[in-house]
Amino acid sequence: MKLSALQPIRRANSFRSPSSAPLDGGAAPSDGPLFRSPTAIFWLLLHAICCLVSLALGFRFSRLLFLLLFSPSSSPSPPSPPVLLLHRRPDLPLSPHPPTPFATPNATGSRVVVGRHGILVRPWPHPNPTEVMRAQRILDCVQREQRLQYGVKNPRPLLVVTPTYPRTFQALHLTGLLHSLQLIPYPLTWLVVDAAGVGAASNETAALLARSRVPVLHIRFSGRMPLRWSDRHRTEARMRLQALRVIKERRLEGVVVFADDSNVHSMELFDEIQKVKWMGAVSVGIVAHSGNPGMVAPQQLSKEEEENSPVPVQGPACNSSGQLAGWHTFNSLPYVNKSATFIGDGAMVLPQKLEWAGFVLNSKLLWEEEEGKPDWVRNLDEVGVNGEEIESPLDLLKDASFVEPLGNCGKKVLLWWLRVEARYDSKFPAGWVIDPPLEIIVPAKRTPWPHAPPELPSGKVATSQDPLEKRSSKTGRSSRSRRSSRNKRKREPQIDTHI
Amino acid sequence: MFAAEIFMHRFLLYSPVRTLNPEEADWFYTPVYTTCDLTPNGLPLPFKSPRMMRSAIQLIASNWPYWNRSEGADHFFVVPHDFGACFHYQEEKAIERGILPLLQRATLVQTFGQRNHVCLKEGSIIIPPYAPPQKMQAHLIPPDTPRSIFVYFRGLFYDVGNDPEGGYYARGARASVWENFKDNPLFDISTEHPITYYEDMQRAVFCLCPLGWAPWSPRLVEGVIFGCIPVIIADDIVLPFADAIPWEEIGVFVAEKDVPKLDTILTSIPPDVILRKQRLLANPSMKQAMLFPQPAQPGDAFHQILNGLARKLPHPRNAYLKRGEKILNWTAGPVGDLKPW
Repeated sequence: MKLSALQPIRRANSFRSPSSAPLDGGAAPSDGPLFRSPTAIFWLLLHAICCLVSLALGFRFSRLLFLLLFSPSSSPSPPSPPVLLLHRRPDLPLSPHPPTPFATPNATGSRVVVGRHGILVRPWPHPNPTEVMRAQRILDCVQREQRLQYGVKNPRPLLVVTPTYPRTFQALHLTGLLHSLQLIPYPLTWLVVDAAGVGAASNETAALLARSRVPVLHIRFSGRMPLRWSDRHRTEARMRLQALRVIKERRLEGVVVFADDSNVHSMELFDEIQKVKWMGAVSVGIVAHSGNPGMVAPQQLSKEEEENSPVPVQGPACNSSGQLAGWHTFNSLPYVNKSATFIGDGAMVLPQKLEWAGFVLNSKLLWEEEEGKPDWVRNLDEVGVNGEEIESPLDLLKDASFVEPLGNCGKKVLLWWLRVEARYDSKFPAGWVIDPPLEIIVPAKRTPWPHAPPELPSGKVATSQDPLEKRSSKTGRSSRSRRSSRNKRKREPQIDTHI
Repeated sequence: MFAAEIFMHRFLLYSPVRTLNPEEADWFYTPVYTTCDLTPNGLPLPFKSPRMMRSAIQLIASNWPYWNRSEGADHFFVVPHDFGACFHYQEEKAIERGILPLLQRATLVQTFGQRNHVCLKEGSIIIPPYAPPQKMQAHLIPPDTPRSIFVYFRGLFYDVGNDPEGGYYARGARASVWENFKDNPLFDISTEHPITYYEDMQRAVFCLCPLGWAPWSPRLVEGVIFGCIPVIIADDIVLPFADAIPWEEIGVFVAEKDVPKLDTILTSIPPDVILRKQRLLANPSMKQAMLFPQPAQPGDAFHQILNGLARKLPHPRNAYLKRGEKILNWTAGPVGDLKPW
């Protein structure tokens, strides 16, 4: 009985103090029975205390002690005495003391040690920027190789047509589109049709385009952008036609994409349109912007009816054999009373039945006297003259059934149409730079602009300096700054408290 | 993971290499489904596997003379469990038990392989763990999808149930990966179970295959199938079909002590080496060799196993025992294993 009681204690003895283990292990049997009891009781007590402490702490602290004392990860060759002892006795599963790491019994130079190892953490476990850059270069290399192997062979250059005009959000939209275009791996030319008038306004677009790393063709349009959305759609169509005329005159080659500056394009769109032969159509998701919080927010897309689908999608519809059968268009009837009439009035902006953005053309369709040009396309010179209204690129064709559906027959939505504009009379600093910096910034407690929507100059399409002057006279309170900038709090303002 | 034993049996049932005449047979196969003993939760329980195996061998030894004439030297068994024929998932226990004494002359076909380890017998054939081929085929994405994830891993870092403090599980290597790289944007690592696991692997350049309780992992197979370069973090591991597949050329080997420098190691590999590895991985014969398709196809893992067995023929002269000679000790091993199953 005594021997069996001593067995675990001797083992405990050996685990705790490996250096003195053989001595203890050897010495214990030779002691007399009287000597055994105090040591036995001592070890039993120690065992009990350890158990209680572990209970209190919630983990086996002796393991931590052992780890700190012996740090097994740095010493692959453990002290040999415990190895021998462990070999002879089977491991008790309830032992509170951790087994030291021991080498495998027939270890013939094995580096691997079984048992507890330390978790190696380097002193600064954070990413190194040079390494991150190297990794990005590797990813770039891999993706280039992938494109070479599986991507489009012989990619055609792209001709991106964008109508724009200087306004508050032009910098936002145009810069976004610029960055998207810079990511495209194919050669492209960006044709920007600018409806700015003469004066300072005409240089704003140019200033934005100067930052572009893609080749830009800045085409000036000789009209002004009207205030009503319906007129704006028409003017945009005329601007795009002008770009197409430029393409025709210069015989530019490539795939024509209509990228409006406020739309969101996915990179897959530009891979998909390389497949177009003459004219193709893709599905466009319509994000009808709403300023009214009572409206239902659009959720994930689905291609069902307008009532069921929260996000309407415009695009080609196919029959079961994958051929063009018709068109999914935007049904504007439910929204007619709530839609926006003029730019920036905060209501929902509705698209046309079929937006230009959903169509792509081969530029050879526009050239005159091109061999192989299909006969179902009209001559560009005849289009748009004599007041003919061009609503969508389908008006360029005599027969719309030859359009190729792209993007898995229209099932994949590759771009998103939306129009977000500020109030047409909103003021913004030129180039969005305030120079010289403002001296006094006054936080306005109420908006300097009345809540009533601005009056439309009746009958006039142009909106020039007059409303600006009118507004600035009304905002006397904050007229100390040259431009009203109630959101700029960059520097500590001297707060005018008697507002 | 352990389903290889079942599929091997099914494959051999209808295979043309099977003969019903024992006198002309080169190899004898005994199907024993040792991992089919499940806990109430449905996890495999290896505790009774030695008894099962022992009873099976007793059965064949008493009913047919072929076991006794060679004491198992021309028999082979499929043991795809954590530590092979040591029949335990905890390494220390497995090492203590050692390989079942009755199997010491037989050839073992196992997934576990680690150099200088008790549970790896000389002459064993290492096979990849089973991964479902149809499921993987169903999740393929177009190959021109750009690979945008640098390093990908999904799985446990700390096995909270069995080793809450860490340090035992994976010899601390997985915990080390987590602690060093959880903030690193290049490393997409987490313990989640995403539905798009296979698709994400196809969008990654490197897939980590660190050891768990055992050095092998089904991530190796998944990495090879999906073209993701496997980063093998397991010291002294023996990889499957090492003679047929050039693992050094398609994978990256990282020592466990170098895990804190993993990001430096991976980013300093020159891009042309990476492209070369990806080209080799794209080889369809390599992917085929890792799979266990049903029905069997040419060049698959079954084929490689048969190749391995064929290479061991003809049997050495000491395989067949003289009359009355006995080598195996039928009473060796822990007492609990001697109970018939």
